[in-house]
Amino acid sequence: MSLRVLVGCKRVIDYAVKIRVRPDKMGVVTDGVKHSMNPFDEIAIEEAVRLKEKKIAKEVIAVSCGPTQAQETIRTALAMGADRGIHVEIPAKEMEKLEPLHVSKILAKLAEKEGAELLIVGKQAIDDDSNATAQMTAALLEWPQATFASKIEKTDGTLLVVREVDGGLETIKVKLPAVVSADLRLNEPRYATLPNIMKAKKKKIVKMKPADLGVDTTAHFEVVEVCDPPSREAGIKVEDVDALVSKLKEAGRI
Amino acid sequence: MIRASKFLWALNRPGLVKEISPAASRLQSTAAQPAASEREAQKAHKMSKKVEMNKSFVMNIFRGAAMTEQAIPYPSVLSDEQKETLEMLVDPTEKFFEECNDAAKNDAMEKVDDQTLEGLKELGAFGLQVPVEFGGVGLSNTQYARLVEIVGSHDLGVGITLGAHQSIGFKGILIAGNPEQKAKYLPKVASGEHMAAFALTEPSSGSDAGSIRSRAVLSEDGSHYVLNGSKIWISNGGLAEVFTVFAQTPITNPKTGVTKDKVTAFIVERAFGGVSHGLPEKKMGIKASNTAEVYFEDTKIPVENVLGGSGNGFKVAMEILNNGRFGMAAALSGTMRYSIKKALDFATSRMQFGQRIDSFGTIQEKLARMAMLHYVTESMAYMISSNMDSGSKDYHLEAAISKCFASEAAWTVTDEAIQVMGGMGFMKEAGLERVLRDLRIFRIFEGTNDILRLFVALTGLQYAGGHLRELQQALKNPAANLGLILGEGTKRAKRAIGFTNGGTIEGIHPNLNESSLLLGRAIEAFGYTSEGLLMKHGKNIIGQQFLLNRLANASMDLYASLVVLSRASRSLTLNLSSADHEEKIARVWVNEASDRIQLNLTAVKSSVSEKNFSDLETIAKELCSNGDIIAERPLGI
Repeated sequence: MSLRVLVGCKRVIDYAVKIRVRPDKMGVVTDGVKHSMNPFDEIAIEEAVRLKEKKIAKEVIAVSCGPTQAQETIRTALAMGADRGIHVEIPAKEMEKLEPLHVSKILAKLAEKEGAELLIVGKQAIDDDSNATAQMTAALLEWPQATFASKIEKTDGTLLVVREVDGGLETIKVKLPAVVSADLRLNEPRYATLPNIMKAKKKKIVKMKPADLGVDTTAHFEVVEVCDPPSREAGIKVEDVDALVSKLKEAGRI
Repeated sequence: MIRASKFLWALNRPGLVKEISPAASRLQSTAAQPAASEREAQKAHKMSKKVEMNKSFVMNIFRGAAMTEQAIPYPSVLSDEQKETLEMLVDPTEKFFEECNDAAKNDAMEKVDDQTLEGLKELGAFGLQVPVEFGGVGLSNTQYARLVEIVGSHDLGVGITLGAHQSIGFKGILIAGNPEQKAKYLPKVASGEHMAAFALTEPSSGSDAGSIRSRAVLSEDGSHYVLNGSKIWISNGGLAEVFTVFAQTPITNPKTGVTKDKVTAFIVERAFGGVSHGLPEKKMGIKASNTAEVYFEDTKIPVENVLGGSGNGFKVAMEILNNGRFGMAAALSGTMRYSIKKALDFATSRMQFGQRIDSFGTIQEKLARMAMLHYVTESMAYMISSNMDSGSKDYHLEAAISKCFASEAAWTVTDEAIQVMGGMGFMKEAGLERVLRDLRIFRIFEGTNDILRLFVALTGLQYAGGHLRELQQALKNPAANLGLILGEGTKRAKRAIGFTNGGTIEGIHPNLNESSLLLGRAIEAFGYTSEGLLMKHGKNIIGQQFLLNRLANASMDLYASLVVLSRASRSLTLNLSSADHEEKIARVWVNEASDRIQLNLTAVKSSVSEKNFSDLETIAKELCSNGDIIAERPLGI
């Protein structure tokens, strides 16, 4: 049984960039800032490609919702081994207001449309840290979910997934089709080789709009303010434990 | 106008013709002495050869002409698709070097880490310019330059490993190989399965490449050559499977039946047998790159492996080196960027005497000059790669200049970066001392800067000499060649009465008008000086290295000035955000270059310099006879 795998990848500000809040305090500066694929999504793509190499998957489709530049992200996925791409066009301005619920609806519709049997996404995006898309998509599709995956094994019509949870590691069995979200230790993504990047240029990327999938991207949230975290203040040294306790009491901490 | 025509008439006097062109007559005197009639025939033949029109700026300045076709406007040679491809390749390459390569570790281990090497092979870094159908990435020279810049900014040891492999190691197969050779060898070198090396240098033959002693003799049945010889300082010598080897082969001239030794280039596989190598050399820098002696003992080379035709080895070698030279300027631009960044990071955070040190003039000058040298080098690299991509064959002098300039600039920039960082710069931790050690070899290998300077000066003078001969020929038949004579006459008349014709160079942005004028004048003065040298020394100019070096230095400053004016003009025209900054760099460069050029040209003509050079020559001779310092010690003890 060879699976068709759909993988979601998001274009985010590169992890190494120093984030700056916009002067209007409604978001962060994105103009001219280096962007790249969300690291957890890289892990998701890598896992999908490895499944294909193990002949467990027959096709890997990379999906990204975003402005024109999202195509670069899809190309990276193609260079890593995805077979084709789908670009759901969201203009840059709307991108700021796009919510996990919208993306989940889009992914759910695409999963049905493409006949996917496995949907893998990164556990969260490093810009909004929502950690909600995988879960919502599973609910919309009424598929089982295996989030924070650090190991995936296929056994007949099910997946054996080891999850990293607060208490340690949890192994669960989910029936296919299923939604999986990739965690850090699932794998180490490969580097796209230059010849593969060149080959990726020939792979197909289909464009569409959310409306084409019947998805309404009206915002449910309104951003009130974006600001820097308060700068760290100096600490004080105390002589002994008693002084420590009294200081903590003073500050209302205990 | 009257003065001009008087001068023109003066040109026509028979006696003066000889004076103006002693070069031609002296050429004859130093040649071998065949029969008199044959000599006359040779002379007539030489004189009648038309000098071919060359598009190289550097070639043409030797005759005082500003041939800017290849330089202005600053070439933009990448198609949209090529640009898009390049954009996709830059980030992954950067990422690889940042995350998978540890230059300090490679330097300490004196080898490229095995995993890194494997990663580089997988990345496709071993066949960047090999056509896609042979498994390479199929990059143009300009795209290659951009990626090589990344390598240069991270690890020159890896840079040389890759460069020795593809820039010279198997480049011969790419440019001179026949279809069978390409199909056989390119796929494996592109994937990195086989590493390649360029084997020319021998213990007694470095700069004098024509004097190599390795010999390859054709077998009785004509099926193979037997190669014997030793090569030294071969990069990748201990790792390569495929070598481009140069050896003397006896070649019989079909017309005369005379057999002479001529150099032939061969593709030699280690698997042919008889190939061994020595231990890795212990070097000052690029320690990660393997450098070893390679020995060939009765190695059998099938005749199919002759590269570029028997007897053409020297030409093939020069073509390979010429073809790869631009890569050095590109890589070193990357290296300079790295060094400058380190200096800037330090200067903008270090406080002394209550101030940030970047507020002090001394530091400011260092930083600005570093950026200027980088700007020139970068501009040269991409101009040359673009010219090559456009199909030009007239870039060899520019490439030679770019190699000289880049290697010396990178050394100075990194040295100054260490200086800016003070004691910190001297520490391994700062990451600059390794770069400086790595850089030293760049002034030596792939054609020492000293040889390249002579090459530029002599090639340019030869070209100018050709034009002078043309002029002399024209004077013999003035009626038919009036145009040429009038043109030259007016030019010389103007010079003689001190009117500098060198108008501004066309195509330079108006903001840089003054600089353009300076360049125009400098070109004219240069041409005048070159011609003067030819007329004074004739063929003997070959031996006048003190003068040739100064001429070469002036030509380097001229080319550098041209490229910065061209690039800055383009930035101004496109209204780039950095245009103002670039304008300043260009203006300062041309101002200072113009002064240096004047100094160098004066030195070539002045009698004071002549005496200096003669004294220097004597000093050197005395030192060599003595084998040690001659001046008696101050204390006498």
